[in-house]
Amino acid sequence: MWSITPLEIEAIGLSLRVALWAVLWSLPLGIATAWLLARCDFFGKTLLNGVVHLPLILPPVAVGYLLLILLGRRGPVGAWLFDVFGVTVAFTWKGAAIASAVMAFPLMVRAIRLSLETVDYRLEEAARTLGAGRAWVFLSITLPLIAPGILTGTILCFARSLGEFGATITFVSNIAGETRTLPLALFTLTQTPDGELGALRLMIISVVLALVALIASEVLARRISARIGG
Amino acid sequence: MAPSGDGAVLTVDVGRRFGDFRLDVRFTAEAGLTALFGRSGAGKTSLINLLAGLERPERGRISVGDHVLFDADAGIDVAPDRRRLGYVFQEGRLFPHMSVRGNLTYGQRLSPNAGPGQDFDRVVDLLDLRRLLARRPGNLSGGEKQRVAIGRALLANPRLLLMDEPLASVDAPRKDEILSFIERLRDEVKLPIVYVSHAMDDIIRLADTMVILSDGAVVATGTVEDLMSRLDLRPHTGRYEAGAVLAVTVAGQDLTFGLTELAFGANRLVVPRLDLPGGTSLRVRIRARDVWLCLTPPESISGLNIFKGRVVEIETGTGPLADVRLDIGAPLIARVTRRSLHEMALEPGKTVHAMIKAVAVDRPSLGRRGTRPRRG
Repeated sequence: MWSITPLEIEAIGLSLRVALWAVLWSLPLGIATAWLLARCDFFGKTLLNGVVHLPLILPPVAVGYLLLILLGRRGPVGAWLFDVFGVTVAFTWKGAAIASAVMAFPLMVRAIRLSLETVDYRLEEAARTLGAGRAWVFLSITLPLIAPGILTGTILCFARSLGEFGATITFVSNIAGETRTLPLALFTLTQTPDGELGALRLMIISVVLALVALIASEVLARRISARIGG
Repeated sequence: MAPSGDGAVLTVDVGRRFGDFRLDVRFTAEAGLTALFGRSGAGKTSLINLLAGLERPERGRISVGDHVLFDADAGIDVAPDRRRLGYVFQEGRLFPHMSVRGNLTYGQRLSPNAGPGQDFDRVVDLLDLRRLLARRPGNLSGGEKQRVAIGRALLANPRLLLMDEPLASVDAPRKDEILSFIERLRDEVKLPIVYVSHAMDDIIRLADTMVILSDGAVVATGTVEDLMSRLDLRPHTGRYEAGAVLAVTVAGQDLTFGLTELAFGANRLVVPRLDLPGGTSLRVRIRARDVWLCLTPPESISGLNIFKGRVVEIETGTGPLADVRLDIGAPLIARVTRRSLHEMALEPGKTVHAMIKAVAVDRPSLGRRGTRPRRG
C-alpha cells in the first residue's frame, strides 16, 4: 500500500526526464527570445511575439497536431531530422520533451522578458565605459541581474512540463514506458476499470512533486535576491 | 600614462540632432580640469555621452591625444569599451550585485595595461574607501557611492576622466570632501578631467578652463578668470552671482589680526585668515555686489582693500543696476545703481577707487588652482 509500484516509478522518472530536457532546451532559447523582444526593434517583432505566445492560447491538442505534421517522420522538419541526424521524435519520449517545451516556452519567455525590462540599461552603459564588450556586459551584469526572472521562468517551465497532457498525447501518443508521463498514466487509469486507487495515488504524487518544486524555488529565489542585494 | 604639458588632450568637433534639439559643439581641452558649464538642457550630458561613445554623433570628429575616437568622414567610431574614457555618472550607477571591491576592480580587470590609475591600494586610500570594500552599494550614502564611482572609473586606467555633475546627489556637508578628492586627482594623479556642472562655485574651485554651453552650442571657452570678467557672458554665468575671479597667491599672514594677504600683480588683497602655506595658488571670486566705487581715495574706512583702477566697460540693463568692469591690474566687476553711475559720471577711462570688504571673500569663493603652467 505505501510502497511505490514499478509502474509509478516509471511514470515519475519519465515525467522528470521529459520536464528536465524541456527546460534545458527552452532555457537558452528562452533567454535569447526574451532578449530580442525586450531589447531589440526589428521587422517582424510583433509576429515573433505572436508566434511565441501562440501555445498559450491555442488548444494543446492543436499544438500537438501541428507538431505531428511538422515533426512526424514524413513532416518537413521530421524528415530532415531523420535524414541528417538519424533522429526520430514522433512517438518517442524526445517528442514528449519537445511538446512540453513548446507549451511551456511562452511562460519562460514572459518571466525572463519582464525581468529584463526592469534591468537598468544605464548599468550596462557604465560597464561598457569601463572596458567591457557587449558579450561580457551580458554575462557579468545583465545575466546576474535577471537571475530571479530566469529562476521563475525555469520553475514555471518545469511545472508546466510536468503537467503537459494534450499536446503530448496528440503528438507522441500514450505509449507505456516511452511517452506515458504522470498525467497520461493518471488519465489511463481513470479510463481503466478498478483504476480509481491507482489514479488517486498518482494524483497525490503529482501534488507532492508540485509542492517540492514550489518550495525549492522559493528557497532559491530568496538566496538569489540576497546575493543581488537590492 | 597621463598626458601632461602642452597641447590639446581632447579635441571635439561634433554635431547631432536629438529630436528638436540640435547639439553642435567645437572645443579643445588641455591637461588639468576643464569645466563644461551651462544651464540644464544646454546639452552638457548629451555632449559627454557623445564623447564616451554612448551616443553617436552625426558629423564631426573626437580625438584624445593622438587617438581618434570618432571621425564621421573616415568612418571611425571606436566602441565605448575601447575608448578608455573614465565616466563618473551623475547617479553613480554602481553594480548592485557586486560588493564595493567588485565594483572597483570591474574595469581594472579589463584594462589592457598598467598605469597611474591602476594601483588599487593607492586609489582606495586616496578616496578613503578601505572600510567600505566589503559593503554592497545598496547601503552606501550618496557621497560614498560617488567616491566608489570615481574609484571605479579611475581603476579602469582611463586616458581622461569624464564627470557628469558628480556632486548632484551628494549632501552639502560631504560635497567639500569630494571636491578635495577631485582636486587631488587633478593635482596628484594628474589625470585630465572634463567636469560637467551648473554650479559656478564648484567650477571656480576646480576648473582651469571653462567651456560655456547654451542651447547646444559653445558660447565661450577660456580660463575661468577671463570668462568670469566678461560682462557679455553674464546671462550665462548668472546675474546674481556675477563677479570677477582673480588668480592670486598666498603672500603672507597677519597672525595678530588673523588675516591673510593674497597677491595679484602688484596688489595685495586682505582676507580672513586662510590656513595655507605661502606661495599657494588660489582663485578668488569677488562678487560684483561686494565691490564699492569711490572717486577720491577713501580714508578711515573699514574696507581694508582699496584698489585704484580705471573704468573699462559699463553695462546697463533695463533694471536699476549697472555692472562696471574695472582694470585694477586685473579685471574686477562692480555692481552699482544707475543713479550712482549718473552722479559719479562714470564712463570708460575714468579713474576710480574700488573697495572690497575683507569678509566678502569666503571659503566657497576660493579655489585651489591646478599646478599646470597657466597661460597669460
